[in-house]
Amino acid sequence: MAVGKEIRTKIGSIKNTQKITRAMEMVAASKMRKTKDRMLATRPYSKKIGQIIKHLAHANPEYKHSFLIERPVKRVGVIIISSDRGLCGGLNSNLFRKTLSQIMQWEKVNIEIDICTVGTKAYGFFSNLKTNLVGQVSKLGDTPHPHDIIGVIKIMLDAYEQGRIDELYVINNEFVNTMTQKPVIEKLLPVAASELEEDLKGHWDYIYEPDAKDVLDHLLTRYIESIVYQGLVENNACEQAARMVAMKSASDNAGNIISELQLVYNKARQAAITQEISEIVAGAAAV
Amino acid sequence: MTMTVHVDIVSAEKEIFSGLAEMVFAPAELGEVGISPRHAPLISKLRPGEVRVKVSDKESYPFYVSGGMLEVQPHLITILADTAIRAKDIDEAAALEAKSRAEEALSDKSSKIDYATAQAQLLDAMMQLRTLDRLRKRGG
Repeated sequence: MAVGKEIRTKIGSIKNTQKITRAMEMVAASKMRKTKDRMLATRPYSKKIGQIIKHLAHANPEYKHSFLIERPVKRVGVIIISSDRGLCGGLNSNLFRKTLSQIMQWEKVNIEIDICTVGTKAYGFFSNLKTNLVGQVSKLGDTPHPHDIIGVIKIMLDAYEQGRIDELYVINNEFVNTMTQKPVIEKLLPVAASELEEDLKGHWDYIYEPDAKDVLDHLLTRYIESIVYQGLVENNACEQAARMVAMKSASDNAGNIISELQLVYNKARQAAITQEISEIVAGAAAV
Repeated sequence: MTMTVHVDIVSAEKEIFSGLAEMVFAPAELGEVGISPRHAPLISKLRPGEVRVKVSDKESYPFYVSGGMLEVQPHLITILADTAIRAKDIDEAAALEAKSRAEEALSDKSSKIDYATAQAQLLDAMMQLRTLDRLRKRGG
C-alpha cells in the first residue's frame, strides 16, 4: 500500500534527529557537572588574591598602581568570552545583543572600543562587524588553562598601562542555575575602589620580598587574569547547561512532531482502507 | 604538642592542598624559606621549584610550583601557585600570538621569543625532575 510513504520517511528522519539531540543532551549533562565543578574550584584563588590586594592597598596608601587610578574615559577595552560551538540555544546571541547595546551606548558618547574575543563564536560575530579587533583566542576546549588566555589579557593590560585604553571590561555569561544564564559586563580596570574598601582591625603590615611595589604589580596582574579565567570557566559551564536545555527541548519537540505525523499517517491509512472497502462493496452491489 | 599552622595551596584552576602543617618550605625569590607557625606576616614571590609541607616528623608532602606568591600570616600560610611557567618574554609571545591570530597573519615568530620559551621550559623541566628525584629517593 503506497499510502503515506512520504509521511513514514519523514517520521523516520525525525526519529533519527531525535536520537542525536537526545545523545547531545546527555553528553551536555555530564559535561555540565564537570565544568560546574571546575567553576567552583577556581573561586578560592581569586578570593584569596582579592583579600591580599585589599590588604596591600590599605597598607600602602602612598603607592598608587596605575591599575587603581581612574582617568577620563576616551577609549575602552572589552574582552568578550563566548563558546566555541553553537547549538546552545540563545546563549551567545543574548551575550552579543547585550554587548552591542553596551557598545552603542559608548559610541553615543564618543568612546572608542578595542575588542579581544575568546571563543570561535565571538570571533566570527565581531570580525564581521566594523569593530577594532585587537586580539583573539579560540578552540580552548572543555578544560581551558589559565595560560591559554594570557595573550589576550596581556594585550589589554599593556594597552591600559600605555594609556591607549582607559577602562577594561570583560563580558561573559554568568551561571545563575541550570535553567538560567545571564550575560554580565564586569569592569576590570581600574580596579574599583569600592571593592577594596574593607575594615582592617588593628594595623599591621607584611614583610615584602622583594618589595611592596613588585608584589602589588605581580598580584594585580594575576588578579585580573584570575577574574578573566573565572569568566571563561563560568561561560563554559553556561554553555553546557544551555546546550542541555536546548537539546532537551529539541528532543521534546521532535517527539511532538512525531506523534502529530503519526496521527496524520494513521488517518490517511484508515481513509484509504475505508475507500477500498466501499469500492468493493459498491462493486459487489452492482453485480 | 607541636604547634601547627593552617596551609592552603591554591592555583587558578583548583585547590591543591589544605590542612595543618608543622612547617612549610618554599622557594622564595630571594632564596629558599622555611616557615614555622606564628611567623611574622610575610609576602613574597616564588620561583619555580618545590614547596614542601611538613605535616609531622614522618610525613611531608612535596608539591611542584611554577612560580607564584607566598603569603604568610601568623596562623595561616597561603601559596598562590601559577599553573604554568611565566616569564615576561613568554607573556609577550602569547600576546603577540593572540594579536597575529586576530589579524589572521601567519607571521613567523622571531627566534628570540622561541629561545626565551625554551629556556624557561628547560628550567621548569629541571625543577620538576629534581622534585621527582627526591620523591623517588624517599620512596625507596
